[in-house]
Amino acid sequence: MSTDDAAQKGMFGVSGSGDTSGFGGLVRNVADPRSTPRPYGGYFDEVADLLGEGLAKADVGFEEAVTRVVVDRGELTLHVRRERIVEVCRLLRDDEGLRFELCSSVSAVDYLDAPQGNDADEQAARLHVVYHLTSMTFRRRIRLEVAVSVEDPHVPSVTSVYPTADWQERETWDMFGVLFDGHPGLTRILMPDDWDGHPQRKDYPLGGVPVEYKGAEIPPPDTRRAYR
Amino acid sequence: MTQATDPYADSRQTTEGRVYTVTGGDWDSIQAEDPLASERIVVNMGPQHPSTHGVLRLVLELEGETITEARSVIGYLHTGIEKNTEYRTWTQGTTFVTRMDYLAPIFNETGYCLAVEKLLGVEVPERATTLRVLLMELNRISSHLVWLATTGMELGSTTMMIYGFREREHVLDLFEDITGLRMNMAFVRPGGLAQDLPVGAVDKIREFIPYMRSKIDDYERLLTGQPVWKARTKNVGFLDVTGCLALGVTGPVLRSAGLPWDLRKTMPYCGYENYDFDVITETTGDVWGRYLVRVNEMRESLRIVEQALDRLAPGPVMVADKKIAWPAQLALGKDGMGNSLEHVRQIMGQSMEALIHHFKLVTEGFRVPPGQVYTAVESPRGELGFHVVSDGGTRPYRVHVREPSFVNLQAFPAMVEGAPIADAIASGASLDPVMGGVDR
Repeated sequence: MSTDDAAQKGMFGVSGSGDTSGFGGLVRNVADPRSTPRPYGGYFDEVADLLGEGLAKADVGFEEAVTRVVVDRGELTLHVRRERIVEVCRLLRDDEGLRFELCSSVSAVDYLDAPQGNDADEQAARLHVVYHLTSMTFRRRIRLEVAVSVEDPHVPSVTSVYPTADWQERETWDMFGVLFDGHPGLTRILMPDDWDGHPQRKDYPLGGVPVEYKGAEIPPPDTRRAYR
Repeated sequence: MTQATDPYADSRQTTEGRVYTVTGGDWDSIQAEDPLASERIVVNMGPQHPSTHGVLRLVLELEGETITEARSVIGYLHTGIEKNTEYRTWTQGTTFVTRMDYLAPIFNETGYCLAVEKLLGVEVPERATTLRVLLMELNRISSHLVWLATTGMELGSTTMMIYGFREREHVLDLFEDITGLRMNMAFVRPGGLAQDLPVGAVDKIREFIPYMRSKIDDYERLLTGQPVWKARTKNVGFLDVTGCLALGVTGPVLRSAGLPWDLRKTMPYCGYENYDFDVITETTGDVWGRYLVRVNEMRESLRIVEQALDRLAPGPVMVADKKIAWPAQLALGKDGMGNSLEHVRQIMGQSMEALIHHFKLVTEGFRVPPGQVYTAVESPRGELGFHVVSDGGTRPYRVHVREPSFVNLQAFPAMVEGAPIADAIASGASLDPVMGGVDR
């Protein structure tokens, strides 16, 4: 994500008005995630090159597997097509020049309130599964992102490459409802087995009822006015 | 009213109502042969069991005394901390994350604040960073002490339990002196620290170092040569480097298998590259090795604390940016609570805008430019990672915590399957899972 578009101006993000109360109809301005042009800097170019070479050996073009490359705040994010995620992970783990032996973290982000992408299709794929890989050999980190929609939340499981993803994929299923195909036992892990819904989704109702107090109605927590 | 006769419990009608007699004497007619000899039994251990470090539930399938299959069930302490942070300001986030791994609160706070600061692009003052290192290493000692104490108790050494908690109390006293709270301090804030060290704290920490050193020697005299301790820990819960990496295990468990992977050395943060300390490793890969690694890590932590005290130079403990730093020039009232009237008079009389600014900064909070970062610190249990996403608002859009307890606990079946049931306790304890961190 680039920060250019989203530079906040003025006190508490207000511009063009003298209002500093915080209720001046503030709109969240979210950066449009575009690809970062080469050179990416640091080891990022090397990682992208080696990954491209590895993919080429399997007759897969780099763009076929990686849709976007984003460098932000000194971190590299590769947006990977979901069909290619296992292949990309295996390459990243096994290639002699890459050696991302450790899958540090698997989780997801629901971009419902902060649409990502340039067109409706990209924005509909609001569930982003995020993988953080660590290379212990070269002391590097990269991030992979796979975007899927709520209607078709299927992502191939990477447990065959990184067994440690087992519980983390279960947590992602539990919290976001992302279905990891090929996972050895995709069940809920933190919530009870008979729980309805996936609590970390942005449209998950928080519950609560409106409360009347001295004639005024206080709405439930998730519908209360909030500072934007 | 007719009642079907129960084959397992005779009943008869009395004036008090129907009375059942559960005899159990019909066992021979149900099972002719000894069930334990031919059948596997499933033992449910926990979630309320003193040796499972909180509310961990272990389902063990046994054949005689040997564990053939083990499964861990978690989620009993899930409190939705990650979701909760999305409804609070960035500063309030520290009060949530500090409660995850309750034995290592300073690590949770620092990891989170490093992520927020990376998103903000701010540089924390030198003194704040040094104090963070100091507090983290003290916290590492107190966390390892709890591990040593509880593991000692579970393996039959109540003396170690008393010793461990006794010294931990000294560390918690230091925390209380410095932060005001023994646990869950929310002392590390985005941009620096909540406040500076109180008068006399440095002397107290300096007094603590030689005291703690002698106590660690005591622990080793008590346990390291002891035959029972060796018998219960050596060759128990084995996991090699390959197994650790496949299962994502980091921290003392990985180092006990021989890989010197310590984020303080390999991917330094908070200026750890400027401190002189060793990464402790063992090559045994068992509970014994993990014991030695943790004991010696406490010694290294004391070395770092000493160096941090030496390089502690006067200066601010919060960034100078008034759009991030909370108003800290507070003066306590005479009753020890609230602001002094003098202070209130000063801020009220000085500038209305300043008052509004203070109010908005505390209630609304500051904005963080959109983007996502991942930062990791070496907690007492391994890589504690924070994936923090901002949409440019005053609250986090998403906070995901890569909890080492959560990830490491996956290795439990790999360590105990095929082992006697008594070793399950030692193996599980050697992972040092803290359920507050596992379930978040």
